[in-house]
Amino acid sequence: MTATQPVAGPGTEASDQPGVAGPTTSGRKPGGDVRETLYFALRNPKVLIGAVVVLGFLLLGLIGPAFLRYAPMDYAGPPMAPPSADFPFGTTTFGQDVFAQFVAGLRSTFLVGLLGGGVAAVIGMTIGFVAGYRGGLIDELLNMLTNVVLVIPGFVVLIIINAYLGVRSVPMQALYIGVFSWPWVARAVRSQTLSLRSRDFIDLARLSGVGVGTILRREVAPNMYSYLFMTFVLLFGGSILTAASLDFIGLGPTNAMSLGLMMNQAVQWSALHLGLWWWFIPPGLGITLIVGSLYIMNVGLDEVFNPKLREM
Amino acid sequence: MLTLNQLDKVYKTGTFGTSDLHAVRQVSLDVQRGEVVSLIGESGSGKSTIGKMVLHLLDSTGGTITFDGRDVTKLGFRARRDYYRKVQGVFQDPFSSFNPIYKVDRTFETLRQSYFPKVSGGEWRSRLEDALAAVTLEPDDILGKYPHQLSGGQLQRLLIARALLLDIELLVADEVISMLDASTRIDVLNLLGELKGRGLGILFVTHDLSLGNYVSDRVVILYKGRVVERGDTSAVFDDPLHPYTRDLLASVPHLDRTWEEVEAEEAERTRRLAGRCLYHEAAAAQGRSLGEEAASAEGSAPGEVPDGVGLVEYAPGHFVGCFRKAAEAPCPAA
Ligand SMILES: Nc1ncnc2c1ncn2[C@@H]1O[C@H](COP(=O)(O)OP(=O)(O)OP(=O)(O)O)[C@@H](O)[C@H]1O
Ligand SMILES: [Mg+2]
Repeated sequence: MTATQPVAGPGTEASDQPGVAGPTTSGRKPGGDVRETLYFALRNPKVLIGAVVVLGFLLLGLIGPAFLRYAPMDYAGPPMAPPSADFPFGTTTFGQDVFAQFVAGLRSTFLVGLLGGGVAAVIGMTIGFVAGYRGGLIDELLNMLTNVVLVIPGFVVLIIINAYLGVRSVPMQALYIGVFSWPWVARAVRSQTLSLRSRDFIDLARLSGVGVGTILRREVAPNMYSYLFMTFVLLFGGSILTAASLDFIGLGPTNAMSLGLMMNQAVQWSALHLGLWWWFIPPGLGITLIVGSLYIMNVGLDEVFNPKLREM
Repeated sequence: MLTLNQLDKVYKTGTFGTSDLHAVRQVSLDVQRGEVVSLIGESGSGKSTIGKMVLHLLDSTGGTITFDGRDVTKLGFRARRDYYRKVQGVFQDPFSSFNPIYKVDRTFETLRQSYFPKVSGGEWRSRLEDALAAVTLEPDDILGKYPHQLSGGQLQRLLIARALLLDIELLVADEVISMLDASTRIDVLNLLGELKGRGLGILFVTHDLSLGNYVSDRVVILYKGRVVERGDTSAVFDDPLHPYTRDLLASVPHLDRTWEEVEAEEAERTRRLAGRCLYHEAAAAQGRSLGEEAASAEGSAPGEVPDGVGLVEYAPGHFVGCFRKAAEAPCPAA
């Protein structure tokens, strides 16, 4: 949340640049465009590397549990054992399998990121698009709402909600995080929409008898795809970090494992001092790699989407 | 066919929408079928604003726009769709008229999906090729390209071709030839002439007087959002009355006369009209019954048009407004 609010727009897109992003939905009829985008996407190393890393972790989280011998919380082996054949990531102070925890943590991390980021993205983008395109009174009302939520200290509210309602499941946690992290998205999307709205091609679409929803979907949004994707990356990472912070102060889900929880347990049990690097490096590296890969992917996608960058 | 009556547009500007920018003041004009009406004025005089209001892309602040007797100032979505079957526009800036991330074909595709969903691919293709041929474009050079791969002139002609795909009755052409070189300019102007012959009405927005002269049947001279003079092209160009029009025309070269003749004529006209205001003379002479516009622009005080935005009919079909230039300036005769 607070950690994810970008001071200015993400660096790769100049928001005033005309050709910002790409034609992924354009290919409904013309056909060639989707294939073309895919063609360029698969030839872009940044996109490829990012996608491989993220999908790799996702896959590990999805199918990993099927191959595990121990449950994440089982006291399965010797305490504080370094990585070995039996325990690829070693064990904790209590002899729990770090790898099992890691795999389970990946799942809830992806879930929190996707769900929290998704909720925030949907709310923020909808409000941003409508406010920016419609303008007038609707804009002012939505702006007011945005500003109200923006000044609410979201993290504090989350703590209170967690403490009183006792949120103990990952999806609930993700939902609450999402509901408080959309305002800056709404603002960013609104201002982009505002600048796109005044462009003549929007007017031309209106002269073609196209409705507001279609214009937003097919003319405005595609111009911001990489921006929206970047937004989602930040929300994704932000949700993960917020969830980890909540976990840290003991307000996380009690019935699940997460990468944040792992790191915090590691810190709590002095893994740093005891030199149990295998306990805190995997979750830390996991989060860093996932968020970082999404970021790199986004930079690559900008090149793919933007025909002007593509030709160089 | 198209009639604007005392059309007003006020933009809200400033941080809190506190200051107003009166971009269009009480503009009245009309366009008939088979007629080209030029809207001439310097940059910022409100030409594009008028064009966009006619196209229902901007809300007007006051006044009415009627098309075939029907008020089109406020239209719902359905009605607007029908309106756009008959009324189309070409915008000033061809580069911003195309979505940069799509190939230019998509502009046509959108039109097809919206208005001709039943037309077959082959049939559409041949219509498209006809329309492109009409604006002297080769389909193979153009289709499948991105906007940034084409020149401004090509894009502008594509926009004209797009408008031709619909069987329209009125075209709002905003500076359509400013981006074209001399030879294509003539092609496009001739095309407009041909369309006019087929009964199309054209509102031709330009800041270029010689072009206005070349294509139009009537001209409307706009200055700072106000119509200062309008009438048949020949009447206005041969006998410009308003000081602004005279300034404007003084810079236009005449082919059939020498500079001396032109200057002598202009000097004589300046002498004749110096310190006068035909509008207020007519107003004084006729009291309230000025021209149609003046009567309808009438305000509270009898014999005086409130904003000074009315016109008087100086000669049949030749209207002129108060001789002051800016809205705030005093009338030279006062
Ligand atoms: N969206 C807007 N908000 C505020 N003011 C505007 C807006 N659009 C135009 N204006 C102002 O209204 C006036 C008229 O603008 P308009 O675009 O109609 O001029 P124009 O006659 O088409 O000029 P040009 O020949 O340069 O195209 C200008 O002073 C301009 O600054
Ligand atoms: Mg203009």
